[in-house]
Amino acid sequence: MIMHNLSIAELIKGLKNKDFSSVELTQHYLKRINESKLNAFISVTDDLALSQANEADLKIAKGDSTLLTGIPYAHKDIFCTKGVKTSAGSKMLDSFISPYDATLSHKFNLENMVMLGKTNMDEFAMGSSNENSYYGPVKNPWDLKKVPGGSSGGSAAAVASRITPFATGTDTGGSIRQPASLCGITGIKPTYGRISRYGMIAYASSLDQAGPMTQTAEDAAIVLNAMAGFDTKDSTSATKETPDYTKKLTNSLDGLKIGLPKEFFSSGLDDGVEKVVMQAIKEYEAMGAKIQEVSLPNSMHAIPTYYIVAPCECSSNLSRFDGVRYGYRCEDPKDLDDLYLRSRSEGFGKEVKRRIMIGAYALSAGYYDAYYLKAQKVRQLISEDFKKAFQSVDVIMGPVSPSTAFDLGSVKDPVSMYLADIYTLSVNLAGLPGMSIPAGFSKNLPVGLQLIGNHWSEELLLNTAHQFQLKTDWHKSTPIEL
Amino acid sequence: MTWETVIGLEIHSQLKTKSKIFSGASTEFGAKANTQACAVDLGFPGVLPVLNKEAVRMALRFGLAVNATINKHSIFARKNYFYPDLPKGYQISQFEIPIVGSGTIDIPLDNGENKKVGITRAHLEEDAGKSIHDLYDDYTAIDLNRAGTPLLEIVSDPDMSNAKEAVAYAKKIHALVQYIDICDGSMQEGSFRCDANVSVRRKGEGLGTRAEIKNINSFKFLEKAINLEVERQIDILEDGGSVAQETRLYDSIKNETRSMRSKEEANDYRYFPDPDLLPVVIDDELLKDIKNRLPELPTEKKARFIDTLGLSEYDAENLTSQKAMADYFEIIIDKGADVKVSANWVMGELSASLNKNQIDIKDSPISASELYKLISRITDNTISGKIAKDVFRIMWNEKRSVDEIIKDQGLEQMTDIGALESVIDEIISKNLDQVEQFKNGNTKLLGFFVGQVMKATQGKANPKQVNQILNDRLS
Repeated sequence: MIMHNLSIAELIKGLKNKDFSSVELTQHYLKRINESKLNAFISVTDDLALSQANEADLKIAKGDSTLLTGIPYAHKDIFCTKGVKTSAGSKMLDSFISPYDATLSHKFNLENMVMLGKTNMDEFAMGSSNENSYYGPVKNPWDLKKVPGGSSGGSAAAVASRITPFATGTDTGGSIRQPASLCGITGIKPTYGRISRYGMIAYASSLDQAGPMTQTAEDAAIVLNAMAGFDTKDSTSATKETPDYTKKLTNSLDGLKIGLPKEFFSSGLDDGVEKVVMQAIKEYEAMGAKIQEVSLPNSMHAIPTYYIVAPCECSSNLSRFDGVRYGYRCEDPKDLDDLYLRSRSEGFGKEVKRRIMIGAYALSAGYYDAYYLKAQKVRQLISEDFKKAFQSVDVIMGPVSPSTAFDLGSVKDPVSMYLADIYTLSVNLAGLPGMSIPAGFSKNLPVGLQLIGNHWSEELLLNTAHQFQLKTDWHKSTPIEL
Repeated sequence: MTWETVIGLEIHSQLKTKSKIFSGASTEFGAKANTQACAVDLGFPGVLPVLNKEAVRMALRFGLAVNATINKHSIFARKNYFYPDLPKGYQISQFEIPIVGSGTIDIPLDNGENKKVGITRAHLEEDAGKSIHDLYDDYTAIDLNRAGTPLLEIVSDPDMSNAKEAVAYAKKIHALVQYIDICDGSMQEGSFRCDANVSVRRKGEGLGTRAEIKNINSFKFLEKAINLEVERQIDILEDGGSVAQETRLYDSIKNETRSMRSKEEANDYRYFPDPDLLPVVIDDELLKDIKNRLPELPTEKKARFIDTLGLSEYDAENLTSQKAMADYFEIIIDKGADVKVSANWVMGELSASLNKNQIDIKDSPISASELYKLISRITDNTISGKIAKDVFRIMWNEKRSVDEIIKDQGLEQMTDIGALESVIDEIISKNLDQVEQFKNGNTKLLGFFVGQVMKATQGKANPKQVNQILNDRLS
């Protein structure tokens, strides 16, 4: 038995059967993390993990455990964790020890889960390659010269290289799905409002959504059960009841109506990726699904719309990083303006500053209507496209990313980088759930299949993904040297 | 040249909620610096605001009290600017759609008439913290206890045409927010703050350029600041200059306004809807409930004082101008005291003493029940009105009970007619010349005899009885 290749479902069984203890499991993963060359972690919390594992073993022994008690995980470094550095991948927060727990951290603690550490990410979740991290880029475990995708690149690389059973991620424009695709793992971004945002450092509040990054769809369902639910501390979290996401995994897909947006299969899509995606669609057809073309005519506006909405919100969300109360402060400020100017200039990276400036500009007097309001209107149109499509199909499928993982340092122009999220952005703009599952390889690099569902259709998406994983082994492939 | 003044006021009224508008931290005034600010108030990474429903109810109370339109779907927006006492780098406020739309309030004018002043809007927002510049030499200290305290910003139409009207309006709003129990009204502690927008124009011309005056923390300063500003603007215009649109600071020590920032220096606040908060949706049920729970409003109370207590318009306006005074008056009336005598005492002796000593009626050294006893001793003829004023002064200074003072000082009115008659007879026998003159038609001398009797009885004789007996004896 290779412990780190076990899924969460299998680890739960192993802990229950006393095949191994949580401490043994934790030590095994910590060892793997410490040997890893991927730079997937910003902080490894060895001592905390071992004490949590000890605690978990005691609970298990007493019969006082929950399903996930003793299961190790890696937390994206965007979630506040009490007493532990929470950097959001930024120099600005390099010295920041959170005084409180995010709702998600709190929920995991209540289940006596074991936090192995905090994963690397693009600074403040802005990026598609993990190259915007103050802590250096993460490497793709399938090819160390390639990017893992972003912004949850550390989480994706960690799961793919089996140095953690699962990791948390956040997805504002594709930050769970795109790295999941590029690293060959399963990731789901639930409907906006499904998981509390309290304590998740905000990038673009109306788009940000947390989700699990796992080996399998079944694992995603198990972890999502622990993450989802209304939170009184987050006014935008949904009061809608949370189902047991594992319940419908085994439903048959016979008669499932799958829509393929023609706009997702146009020029710009890499041939190898298209081939893998179409092969996966054939697999679904074989399971009894009906395939039809749909149109999302406004999806072509997703990039410009996103790059107004998200920067506007981030320009305001990141104002609190001013060098006054916590985080980076410049040396010897000569007055208040100097304190602000230098703390923020020195504390933020290039891409973060770029987006703050775009947002501040778009919100300024005289430009608000032309940019912010216009973008909100287009956002509405994008939502309506999906609404219309879901009148005739159950699930929309397509590529996650136009290409497989690209070379570290190869994309220098920010706009070219933005194109990496062309198929994922519209899902956030519409607040829909979206998923990426391993669907095959192109030139030895993983390719993800994107599943998009209607609002609150996580159960159907997980069911659809699970059925695929029962028929295929792509999700079981691991990078060779591991 | 005749000048017209146009004034509009922006009033920031701190709402009396127990906790802050977007967090659970306490709003208690006067705590040790930075002890009442939680992670949300401090703007820590990842925190989110949750709207305090009580603040919404209070805003609605105000809206209903000024007959305003209630926006059933209002939006919180972010007002972005950097300042060390603004932890998030933005203030959560309402911009395009405030919770309370347009309403009106009546203000009393000097000529006894009422004027209707329009209220443009009232919106909910969070207060900032406090910057303290004089605590350390090289640093500014920040106290974030106030950060996140709920405010209702009440914006008037530019309907006031002189400083007196502006003060009358501010006082009306000040009284109202206390009547409906949404604000403690303390200008000293900053829970009720006024900014004045002032402009002047030549009669018949369009609106002039306005200046906004900030930092006014009393009604007296409001009047002074506006008058100073009007004078300043007229001087500029009469010298052929033009008034700059700017924010000016009132300095009560130097009694001047000075420029704080010009329009060019003003922030571009980059308002946009706060994505962390849902629109505030008000349903009819809630509105009805709040309406049902509204206390008697000042206008209603005033009408009742006139209609059922028989008070004059002037007295009723005066007594209802402050909730605490109306409450005080009503405690006395409810115990059964004479309405007119009570009104005179509350508006007269009591108000004069409070004003002189700058004491709020809530902190009056003489409680309403004590004043009631004093008034009863007048109406039951135990003491005269004149003696009552002496008793009042003793009560004020020594905080002793009415009856105790009357007894200790032997101030009871003479009730023994026989004793009074013999005092009067003795005075008559000692002043036969005056008796002669009186009988010859110098009736003014009655006052002399009354005075003599009062002197002899140390004021304890009942003036009515004295008059009666004297008239008997001298006729």
